[in-house]
Amino acid sequence: MRNLTEIRWHGRGGQGAKTAALLLADVAFQTGKYVQGFPEYGPERMGAPITAYNRISDRQIRVHSNIYDPQYVVVVDESLLEAVDVTGGLKKDGAILVNTSRPKEEILPHLKGYEGKVFTIDAHKVSMAAMGKYFPNTPLLAAIVKVAEIMDEETFLREMRASFTHKFASKPEVIDGNMAALKMALEEVR
Amino acid sequence: MAKRDRLSGNEAIAIALRQINPDVFPAFPITPSTEIPQYFASFVANGQVDTEFIPVESEHSSMSAAIGASAAGARSLTATSSCGLAYMWEELYIAASNRLPLALALVNRALSGPININCDHSDSMGARDAGWIQIYAENNQEAYDNMVQAYRISEHKDVRLPIMICQDGFITSHAVENMELLEDEEVKNFVGEYRPENYLLNPDCPMAVGPYSITDYYMEAKRNQAEGMKHVEKVVLETAKEFAAVSGREYGLFEAYCMEDAEYAVIMIGSAAGTTKDAIDRLREQGEKVGLLKIRLYRPFPAEGIAQALSHVKAVAIMDRAEGYTNHGGPLGADVMSALYRARSQAYAVNYIYGLGGRDVRIEDMESVFHALKQIAADGCAGETYRYLGIRE
Repeated sequence: MRNLTEIRWHGRGGQGAKTAALLLADVAFQTGKYVQGFPEYGPERMGAPITAYNRISDRQIRVHSNIYDPQYVVVVDESLLEAVDVTGGLKKDGAILVNTSRPKEEILPHLKGYEGKVFTIDAHKVSMAAMGKYFPNTPLLAAIVKVAEIMDEETFLREMRASFTHKFASKPEVIDGNMAALKMALEEVR
Repeated sequence: MAKRDRLSGNEAIAIALRQINPDVFPAFPITPSTEIPQYFASFVANGQVDTEFIPVESEHSSMSAAIGASAAGARSLTATSSCGLAYMWEELYIAASNRLPLALALVNRALSGPININCDHSDSMGARDAGWIQIYAENNQEAYDNMVQAYRISEHKDVRLPIMICQDGFITSHAVENMELLEDEEVKNFVGEYRPENYLLNPDCPMAVGPYSITDYYMEAKRNQAEGMKHVEKVVLETAKEFAAVSGREYGLFEAYCMEDAEYAVIMIGSAAGTTKDAIDRLREQGEKVGLLKIRLYRPFPAEGIAQALSHVKAVAIMDRAEGYTNHGGPLGADVMSALYRARSQAYAVNYIYGLGGRDVRIEDMESVFHALKQIAADGCAGETYRYLGIRE
């Protein structure tokens, strides 16, 4: 992994992109990294496009600006491919991860000629199969950890179980579903 | 033993307050400071603190209740942002003029209008003359550390003034970052018990609070407030020294970054200072002699120390995250320029307005400011001294 990894999340209000960015910061912190996880707030409405960011580094992070030239972009809602310049500034040696049920070939024409790697995952399918409800952020979190090689899968799953156990202390019944979604997503991303 | 953690700036303040366990916390929510009373309310509900938490119907009331509690002899505080602070306006002056050492956790946000929820310093800059001590943070760690030190400064017998602990809305309040927390016991011991000398609920020594004071005493009362302010620098430094012994983290009235041999300097407040440090590291690699002065204590204003720290620079850019509408620049610009004038500084000084309403500040933006300073020195002329950074004209 590089000394500084920068990730930009594009989602719609209510889909959990901010929560996913904070969870990613959380799990990377557990492996001894310096982290930032922060949202860019616009109008706080369900369905409005929102952006969230992660920086992960071996050194203290001092910069407090948004991220304009990320190594990785996560698109939580594929309708944003038309509405937002999701590949803007995205580094060629990085990658974009898109949540879609469509084959990759159908996504490529919407990426404005982006020359880097393209990954897709059907977070809807994973989420419904594992949890019976649509929470795209859990599968996408696992997928970006794999795509960006943030940590090995075993460490990731161990730390996430600890994190969920804390986060869902009052409703432990959802922990197994979330863990199943993470594991399935690690297999499904391609 | 320090504990590593990753927290948002709001969580960091809430945890500092849990560790301090104040007596009274009246609160009314406003973005982006809402999470502070929200987290704190859960500490109250869980029995982790024995604070009297009072949900009130407005910020005017939250500050009034904090003032009442402080006058009665309790350690009190509240939290707010932006229009919430504006709505406390008259009460801010009541707190300061009654020499009440209460605290305000302020999460800086632009004042309306246009309506905007994002960061700038227009709220606290508007309150800069209210008689409150103001301390600002670059990041979550500093917000936490400043909160832990707050009451030691405000309650000091030579000071007895209210204190505002400020951090940048969303940029630090809602960003999760690495930090180190002190143990609960360490904070408790550092802050200590509050034993006011004079207070309303003391039957042995009746006193009046907030009396009418006409022409024969009002001016003496204001002069007394100024006397308290005169001792703040000394107390801030003493407190910082003791805090360093506990935490290992050192604080001053301001932070000088790469200033020893700097020819071009930026002076600013808040989170963009971190971004500026990265810009300085880039420019230093290219051999540029650039540095930063980051203000921690803004009220009272450490003018002599700042002028001294800038005494060897060729040019300085003073960065204001608030307008002053003077046609000459913002409030920090006025403070720094008068400090330089009194020190008979020969440096070129320009004042930038930047980052209003959350306008993002990039490393490249700060590099451009240093390039402009170098050009000014080369031209031998400051040119327009009232500038805007990152504006679409």
